[in-house]
Amino acid sequence: MIKDYLIERNGKKYEVVIGLEVHAQVLSESKLFSTSPTKFGSEPNTQVSLVDAAFPGMLPVINEFCIKQAIKTGIGLNAKINNKSIFDRKNYFYADLPQGYQISQYKDPIVGEGSVVLDLSSGTKTVGIERLHLEQDAGKSIHDIDPKNTLVDLNRSGVALMEIVSKPDLRSPEEVNVYIKKLRSIMRYLGTCDGNMQEGSLRADVNVSVRKQGEDKYGTRCEIKNVNSIKFMQMAIEHEANRQVDILEEGGKIDQETRLFDTKKNETRSMRSKEDAHDYRYFPDPDLLPLEFSNDYVESIKKEIPELPDQKKSRFIDKFNLSSYEANILVSDLDTSKYFEEVIKNSDVKLSANWITGELFALLNEKNLEITECPISAKNLSKLINLIKDGTISGKIAKTVFEMMSDGDKNPIDIVKEKGLKQQSDPKELEKLIEKVINENQDKVKEYKSGKEKLFGFFVGQAMKVSGGKANPQLVNEILKKKLK
Amino acid sequence: MSNIINLSLSELVSNIRNKKISSNESTLAFVDRSKKSKHLNSYNEETFENALKKAKEFDSKPDFNKKLPGIPMAVKDLFCTKNVKTTASSKILSNFIPTYESTVTQNLWNEGAILLGKLNCDEFAMGSSNETSYFGNVISPIDKDLVPGGSSGGSASALAAKLTPATIGTDTGGSIRQPASFTGTVGLKPTYGSCSRYGIVAFASSLDQAGPMTRNVQDAALLLEVMSSFDSKDSTSVDFKRPLYLKDLSKDIKGKKIGIPKEYRVDGMSQEIEKLWEDGKKYLKDCGAEIIDVSLPHTKFALPTYYIVAPAEASSNLARYDGVKYGFRTEGDNLIDMYEKTRSAGFGEEVKRRIMIGTYVLSSGYYDAYYLKAQKVRRLIKNDFDNVFKKVDAILTPSTPSSAFKVGDKSNDPVSMYLNDIFTVPVNLAGLPGISIPAGLDKKGYPLGLQIIGKSFDEQNILNIAYSMEDKINFKFNLKEWWMND
Repeated sequence: MIKDYLIERNGKKYEVVIGLEVHAQVLSESKLFSTSPTKFGSEPNTQVSLVDAAFPGMLPVINEFCIKQAIKTGIGLNAKINNKSIFDRKNYFYADLPQGYQISQYKDPIVGEGSVVLDLSSGTKTVGIERLHLEQDAGKSIHDIDPKNTLVDLNRSGVALMEIVSKPDLRSPEEVNVYIKKLRSIMRYLGTCDGNMQEGSLRADVNVSVRKQGEDKYGTRCEIKNVNSIKFMQMAIEHEANRQVDILEEGGKIDQETRLFDTKKNETRSMRSKEDAHDYRYFPDPDLLPLEFSNDYVESIKKEIPELPDQKKSRFIDKFNLSSYEANILVSDLDTSKYFEEVIKNSDVKLSANWITGELFALLNEKNLEITECPISAKNLSKLINLIKDGTISGKIAKTVFEMMSDGDKNPIDIVKEKGLKQQSDPKELEKLIEKVINENQDKVKEYKSGKEKLFGFFVGQAMKVSGGKANPQLVNEILKKKLK
Repeated sequence: MSNIINLSLSELVSNIRNKKISSNESTLAFVDRSKKSKHLNSYNEETFENALKKAKEFDSKPDFNKKLPGIPMAVKDLFCTKNVKTTASSKILSNFIPTYESTVTQNLWNEGAILLGKLNCDEFAMGSSNETSYFGNVISPIDKDLVPGGSSGGSASALAAKLTPATIGTDTGGSIRQPASFTGTVGLKPTYGSCSRYGIVAFASSLDQAGPMTRNVQDAALLLEVMSSFDSKDSTSVDFKRPLYLKDLSKDIKGKKIGIPKEYRVDGMSQEIEKLWEDGKKYLKDCGAEIIDVSLPHTKFALPTYYIVAPAEASSNLARYDGVKYGFRTEGDNLIDMYEKTRSAGFGEEVKRRIMIGTYVLSSGYYDAYYLKAQKVRRLIKNDFDNVFKKVDAILTPSTPSSAFKVGDKSNDPVSMYLNDIFTVPVNLAGLPGISIPAGLDKKGYPLGLQIIGKSFDEQNILNIAYSMEDKINFKFNLKEWWMND
């Protein structure tokens, strides 16, 4: 059980209250209101239609696929799906906003209240979802290529985003970490967002306020705009919460404002105050009819929803007898869970879970690879696990074999054969080998027999060494015990 | 060839089909007359050379099955035309050449029509006299110094002066029907959703509709048939079975019930308009229709409602003209400065006024009192019509409260200018079809129009009523060609 995340000052304890507005890019071939492609990393301004660039007389036409993706995500968040929602215009001027307004959803979003369950080391916690709405992304202003001019790339202009707004239910940077990862996991399972934070597919505005422990009323919040990594979110929250506590402790008052996080200086600074806040002049977009669909439509989409992380975790626990911890690790990433399920088709579940969460994760970590880029196939890992299980090789030898497998996904059976790594389990052979060890170390035997029992490990080690590590350690133990009596 | 320009669109079509006139001959006739009519300032952009080339191409390979075979036609400069400058009569788009074609104009070309040029209009279609155009005001051929109405003033002027056999306009609050009424021509605003808005420079998206402007009702039926289509590129386009308006055009309106809304008898309405309306009723009775008094109680709120809804949408629709991507730009010290300078210099006074009104009514703290309330009133206005249409087939009203006025008469008094739209605006707010037909002359000898309002997508019915009335009215205007130069 970890301690609550509290900030202490002058003997007083402050609780941090956090709510997130996550912007998740919808995984779709084309944009929300145009047919332009959405591929990341293309040459600037090569994925821009007349609609995206807001040419005179151009009109938005809704991309039904994006609607489906939003509904799916809503279902994944156990949320209410609204059969009627409205697209509004959010009016503001910026060079990378060609229309002079963003088409978004204001009062009537496509998805209403829902919830997400977090697995924390202290247990589970349910975080409320306020709403999910669809909106267009803006283009990108590039300030650092041309010394005098800002350049604009409209490739992203009009790409569909889901804004997922949480309730102010998060209480620590760690909970934010788990929440973002859980959201990402759910969306990846659903195939509605790739969750790639480096490419900006997932970013968040973070609302932070503090209050004295035990107080019911929320403090005044500040919004930290557009943070694009979990690490930065955590840093920003920590800094911002401390800044607010400092102000309160000095007898000051928090101003509601929008702040930016400076990743280099590790601090937040004011972007605009509430008084300077934009008046976005939201109103229903007259170019688009209200978005309406039937319950049957939602039901038909429900049928396409795959098994989600929470369900999968329960299944792993119930069916495979895994611990909650192990199950959680295995299901948090869809590809990992797929890998695991592939391995256990022909192998022992417990051993497979251990090897994947142990050796395999260590290897991926070391090489900085995703499970989808794993140098060892599920099929070959399964074979290795079977070699351990049937006693062909020891766990220790298996580690050596595992290392060799990582170079070109070699078949472990071949490695064992080629390198002669098969475990020595013939008792007669082992007896001979152990007798040799005893004979060569009579002085140690005497010491052992005179009570220095710690030396038992020495004999095991010698036997293993003589066998080239291949001796079945269990049998070696048994025989040694007999011989040294 | 002077007789060519006197032919109606339908007559021209049949003469071309019968090979009595070639497309080239007819195009030449209208080009020639247009060239001699510079005084009217009806064109923003002339594409005469290209039109003549296209006409010859048509003649060399004529397809007489087309509905507008080789017919030259100038269109309002609010329709985007591929590779032809499209300005919306604004400085801010004064250099803009689209790479695309509006759906409505594409429909014309698909049926064989040929672009003569782009016609002047009020800037971004905001105006009722064609005096807000960056390219100067348009003169009506009806009389010296007379406005043609607006915003489709260039269209009305060119049509009445016989510079084009027919034309198309757009109507947000009366911009087709009012200039038609001022110039003794026929103008039809279709039901919202009938003609695609794709490629039309937007003014107020929930009100804008393109429609035909013609010399007679038959031509309007023909042109509407060509213009109207379902378009998946416009989300508000309605997919309904479109009738063959021309083929189904009929003078049989016996037994039709026509409503006369008492609220349209506005304070200070002139005797001339009163009489025009009375005559209209008489003609309808003569045709066998039944006249029924009806009430549209929220009519008086239509104009204020319109002048909240339309500017609100316009303020947002015109945000894209910021000097960043296309169009006119004035450089500035930074982005905001560039915006301010560009938009200050790029928009005219009326456009700026409406952007400011629209921005205001959408602002936080004012939204509920203005925009939201206006939307509710709009619903009530629509309900009024729905209720009346349970009892009647169509409604007859005057098109405008007066005949055309002189250039400069109202340009300094926006409210009196806005009052010009009093009879046309409710139709846009309700999304209904309305047609204005010439119905008489006032004391000064200027044309006056009557408006027939129909149920949603019931254009055929109002066309038929207009067709029958047209016969009885037998409107004549002696066009003196005072503006022509040789």
